[in-house]
Amino acid sequence: MKTIGRSFKPLFAVAAALGVLSGVAEARDFTIASWGGSYQEAQRDVYFTPFSQESGITFLEDVYLGGWAQFQAMQDTGQIPWDVVQVETSELVRGCEEGVFVQLDWSKLLPKEDMLPDAVTDCGVGNLVWSVVIAYNADTISKAPASLADFWDTKTWPGKRGMRKGPKLNLEYALLADGVAPADIYKVLNTPEGVDRAFAKLDEVKPLVQWWEAGAQAPEWLAAGDVELSVAYNGRITNAQKEGKNLQMIWDGTVYAIDSWAIIEGAPNQDAAYAFVKFVTDPGRQAAFTKAYAYGPTHKEGVAMVDPKRAMSLPAGDNLATGLFGGSQEAIDFWVDYQEELTERWNRWVAQN
Amino acid sequence: MSPPPDITDEGTAGPTGLSLEAKLRRAQRQRSLNAFLLVAPLLLFILVVFAGPILSLLYFSVDDPKLAEVMPRTAEIVAEWDGAELPGEEAYATVVEEIRAAYGDRTVAAAAMRLNYEISGFRSMVMRTGRKIRRIAGPPYKEALIGLDERWGDITYWRAIKASAGPYTTRYLLAAVDLERKWDGSIGTAPPERTIYIDYLERTFWISFWVLAWCIAIGYPMAYLIATTGRRLSRILLALVLLPFWTSLLVRTAAWVVLLQNKGVVNDFLLYAGLSDEPLTLIFNRTGVYVAMVHILLPFLVLPLYAVMRNIPASQMRAAASLGAKPVAAFLSVYLPQTLPGLGAGCILVFILSLGFYITPALIGGASDQMLSYLIAEFATRTGNWGMASAIAILLLLSVAALYPVYRGLVRGAAGFRFG
Repeated sequence: MKTIGRSFKPLFAVAAALGVLSGVAEARDFTIASWGGSYQEAQRDVYFTPFSQESGITFLEDVYLGGWAQFQAMQDTGQIPWDVVQVETSELVRGCEEGVFVQLDWSKLLPKEDMLPDAVTDCGVGNLVWSVVIAYNADTISKAPASLADFWDTKTWPGKRGMRKGPKLNLEYALLADGVAPADIYKVLNTPEGVDRAFAKLDEVKPLVQWWEAGAQAPEWLAAGDVELSVAYNGRITNAQKEGKNLQMIWDGTVYAIDSWAIIEGAPNQDAAYAFVKFVTDPGRQAAFTKAYAYGPTHKEGVAMVDPKRAMSLPAGDNLATGLFGGSQEAIDFWVDYQEELTERWNRWVAQN
Repeated sequence: MSPPPDITDEGTAGPTGLSLEAKLRRAQRQRSLNAFLLVAPLLLFILVVFAGPILSLLYFSVDDPKLAEVMPRTAEIVAEWDGAELPGEEAYATVVEEIRAAYGDRTVAAAAMRLNYEISGFRSMVMRTGRKIRRIAGPPYKEALIGLDERWGDITYWRAIKASAGPYTTRYLLAAVDLERKWDGSIGTAPPERTIYIDYLERTFWISFWVLAWCIAIGYPMAYLIATTGRRLSRILLALVLLPFWTSLLVRTAAWVVLLQNKGVVNDFLLYAGLSDEPLTLIFNRTGVYVAMVHILLPFLVLPLYAVMRNIPASQMRAAASLGAKPVAAFLSVYLPQTLPGLGAGCILVFILSLGFYITPALIGGASDQMLSYLIAEFATRTGNWGMASAIAILLLLSVAALYPVYRGLVRGAAGFRFG
């Protein structure tokens, strides 16, 4: 890519040399990168293996754990280890703008109107809707919470609270709890007073908060009694229920987003990548995936095919009525713009007692 | 008449003597060449995996090519602009032209991201300008651009472009010590909500200091016991030190999570034994970090100390006692000074290793127990700001380098003790 060979970059030179020596850069099998763990296992059963059987394309898997580092390395070294990757919206938009992802030819995929409108973007095909909710342990809690505002009610629920480390999500939650309408959240956050207001609201619960980093920590802490209430990914809570734990969630003020498949610019197996993205957008398969993992489909027919009982625990339909869509253009613009500044401020805020 | 040269006292000055010297020199040369060849693989290894990365680290922390790559003429123009008042029509025309081209071939985002480091919100402003740039048909460009987004008429944004013009910058290095360069070139402190790095550095040193203090308090008596007790017991104790040493750091950290959590082994025991009425908070706070780090780093103090203590004859303390020294005096004037080289080496190992700890505080500490390496990881992996990640890494590297003289002082001081 454009920066390669520019002036002196010893680290990359060595990395590239090692890469060439081991033959990684040679024509390789079709490679899929997703989020690992039990999640990727479910994807393998529902999507990857059937795709390989139907198309005859053999595939390799890798794990992508979010962030920008891998894509930066691809830009700087020109080494493209993956063909398709599942990304969150903020990376999708940045990657699309910086030319890391292919601008999709939707005529090779499916009619755009078959998809949920938010799942259609220039470089990505939305594959699932995930959501963040307030969860609690129904076995031990004194009284079940009913709304997001209850998370701030430290009289009724004096115990510890689990929240995700970092400013993203928490600033939104603080403003929602402070009475800002979902539609106005990013307008308010775009002003310095709005950010101050969000931090001030967070100050109210800060002494009680235990910050988690990995999604698996929230259900663990709830089950172990470390925290009384916790922000958690809805899929993790449903999984814990499957394991026999009596964890429950409330959908008031949920923040939801869409993860998409993107094809990487310059990857060697472009045709296979298109075939794969088309395959995983099949409504029947998306509906089948909701049985394995409680994330919502993005194909309109897929949404309709889900068993109504199951749909109650999915980020879909009525559950999202009071929710905030964290994948909107203004949400992404806000976070790509302010991520660094607010992370610095958050790191400072969180370390002060 | 002078005597013939061959019968003078200095017989070695003859022709045969010279050749012997040459032979010696040749042998010497051969020997140094052999020595060099023997260390050559190591030297190469150090250059490739040590010096190389450190050099690239230095380079990344000042490298600033993005804007000049994407918008080269804009970068040239603002570099010459004095920054006192809004630039002229030429600058605006160039910006319009270069954003238009760069938006078309999808390269503008990299430059926009760089500008966003200067002013949050600059990225989306550039992207939005790119989306709407078709609407600008012709001059005057200044009015047209300000019409698209009035911030183009705000001089602070132009100063931000000037600061990003590259090809090198001091912004990351300055930011890593809570400073920033103002538009007129002067250096001042960063705005208060962005001054976090010195705090993190202080905390990193403070945590390392306490870890070291605990390691000495536990490790010194322990090494003494291992060195002086009977062979059987000493072997068992040594194995107890070494076994965890051979276990992966991640495994030991995870094990501490299991032990210390609210319903963990330690709390269960305390409740069962009636030592506490409710579970203690031992994890996600500083206590947990100290416990786990001290456990992980203890062998690095015990082993060098043990090596030194084993060679101190027990008879010395008896001799001191027979000469009338009380046990404390004998320990302070005879035993302690001889263990100082081992203690110094152990301390420096423990302290430097703990400065770079990442996984243990990340898994066991709370949000206010994170150290500098946490910020490095955040910049390197999450936001992809390698300039900032490199600058903080250099801050950490320099702090470690500053400790070297301390170490030298300790060792020399110890030597002085022993022979003085």
